[in-house]
Amino acid sequence: MEFITELLSYMAENKENLLQYTFDHILMVIYGIGMAIAVGVPLGILAARYEKIAPFILSTVNVIQIIPSLAMLAILMIYFGLGFTTAVIGLFFYSLLPIVRNTYVGVKEVSPNLLEAGKGLGMTGLQVLRKVQLPLSIPFFMAGLRVASVIAVGVACIAPYIGADGLGREIVSGISLRSEIKIYAGAIPAALLAIFADTILGFMERRTKKRIV
Amino acid sequence: MIELKSVNKVYDDGFQALKNINLTFDEGKINVLIGPSGCGKTTTMKLLNRLVDHTDGTILVEGKDIQEMNPIQLRRQMGYVIQSIGLFPHMTIYDNVATVPKLLRWNKSKIDETVHRLLNLVNLEPETFKKRYPSELSGGQQQRIGVIRALAAEPDIILMDEPFSALDPISREQLQDELTHLQAEINKTIVFVTHDMDEAIKIADQIILMKDGEVVQKGSPHELLTEPKNDFVKEFIGTERLQKAETLPLVREMMNQDFVSTYVSESIDEALNKLINHNLTQLPVINNKQYAGFVTIKDLLKGSEETVSNVINTDQKTLKPSDEASQAMRLLKEQELNEVTVLTDQNEIAGVVNYKDISEALQNYYEKQQGVV
Ligand SMILES: Nc1ncnc2c1ncn2[C@@H]1O[C@H](COP(=O)(O)OP(=O)(O)OP(=O)(O)O)[C@@H](O)[C@H]1O
Ligand SMILES: [Mg+2]
Repeated sequence: MEFITELLSYMAENKENLLQYTFDHILMVIYGIGMAIAVGVPLGILAARYEKIAPFILSTVNVIQIIPSLAMLAILMIYFGLGFTTAVIGLFFYSLLPIVRNTYVGVKEVSPNLLEAGKGLGMTGLQVLRKVQLPLSIPFFMAGLRVASVIAVGVACIAPYIGADGLGREIVSGISLRSEIKIYAGAIPAALLAIFADTILGFMERRTKKRIV
Repeated sequence: MIELKSVNKVYDDGFQALKNINLTFDEGKINVLIGPSGCGKTTTMKLLNRLVDHTDGTILVEGKDIQEMNPIQLRRQMGYVIQSIGLFPHMTIYDNVATVPKLLRWNKSKIDETVHRLLNLVNLEPETFKKRYPSELSGGQQQRIGVIRALAAEPDIILMDEPFSALDPISREQLQDELTHLQAEINKTIVFVTHDMDEAIKIADQIILMKDGEVVQKGSPHELLTEPKNDFVKEFIGTERLQKAETLPLVREMMNQDFVSTYVSESIDEALNKLINHNLTQLPVINNKQYAGFVTIKDLLKGSEETVSNVINTDQKTLKPSDEASQAMRLLKEQELNEVTVLTDQNEIAGVVNYKDISEALQNYYEKQQGVV
């Protein structure tokens, strides 16, 4: 009980810092995921449309995902130096798999009947993609986005090791100072962020799914 | 008009789905493909809009080889109702029906007008239904939308793969009637696949019965019913329908081919002589082998004219050899004449029919029927 009041008063005192860290954290995640969407959606579509290159694309993003996060950030640091940009690139790589894979599955999953209907009514291949396959793959994409966001919020916590900001700052300095309070003051908002992203995106996912299934 | 000439289809796995298909689908006609599951009906249909390409032979649409046409253009001028309905679940009913008009970039008001008209056509209240999604419709309602989606851009050719299969008998009859009426008005070339022989008999101008990738028999419903080619056809049609189809004799069977006629340049006197010698009251007139009209004894007796051509009547309705007895009786009665002329497709006289011919044919028919029972 005492601990909680202590934690709360600490958080209240360092309100400004913590808010700034939260903001940085969110920004990092949004940039990383934004880049992952910009690259991952086209890759997913390509994989779905050209069966031949699908295994190549999918195994590449899979391999990236397997590299431990700390190792990945360290390697990126060698090339991109310390700081925000390197962290964003790391988050980008980590978000890639769920986004590429779910876009791929979403586009592939569209019933052959609907493809035939679109084609039979005189749509070009691109029109079938734009008017039929992509809209129908949105729930899958949203599910991928949700997974990617939760992962990115987590991975962003180790960003301070490569000189970026975010809630990890509080946690990392808590570790070196052996201050439980500092660790919690960083970890709790980070966990809340993850839960928040999961809930909001889960809600959106269900909404997009409603009509389609 | 669509023509298939010696068309074969071998699928990639080596399976020959169609063997030497020769067919003509005429403009303004409902052509029904029927046959057991897997006989190649859907395949035949998909060849027409190039969802599947044939392996050899030629397919001509309005005289043009479809192999040389842009498949996208080709499909937009053919309505297509797919076997599994295939409505787009993420689009409203409005957007589903408007699919092809939108691809063709029609303006908004024309699309609105079309969607409303078509929804009314299939008895779905536009205001209620246009904003709904396919999942909010019953199976039968979805199927109606599938049909009108194919009609939306007013294509000249409509391909329909079992379009009424999920409907209850009443809506099905309604839509069949709707289709035949529509057809009478707009003269499309319709290719229609069904499993249901009653449906085929009801709507078809031409029935094509297929088996194992081959055409077993094609012809009008009447032809299939009265002259089934082999046991497979008989079995497929079913004895009950065959018995019911023992119809009244056709004009072809009762007409008098040994008739007396006159020609345009014949003199009035000659014509009158013919009438009197054969105890007739009217004569068909021939001009250059073609049917030109008819003359009655009353016209000829008016006297002042020189040749038949001056007193010719052209307003008589005529029969075709394939018409039924009832049609012949109707025309005789309607026109208050003693004789109706039967013309071939080439407008030549095939024969004439009078009350006596009809009553003799009917008498034969009933005697035969009683003999059978
Ligand atoms: N893509 C394909 N590859 C290989 N064989 C195929 C392919 N599509 C169809 N077939 C075969 O071709 C034959 C004819 O199929 P089709 O779909 O035309 O039948 P159908 O007459 O429409 O049957 P149904 O009444 O069940 O719809 C079947 O034996 C089917 O298995
Ligand atoms: Mg079929």
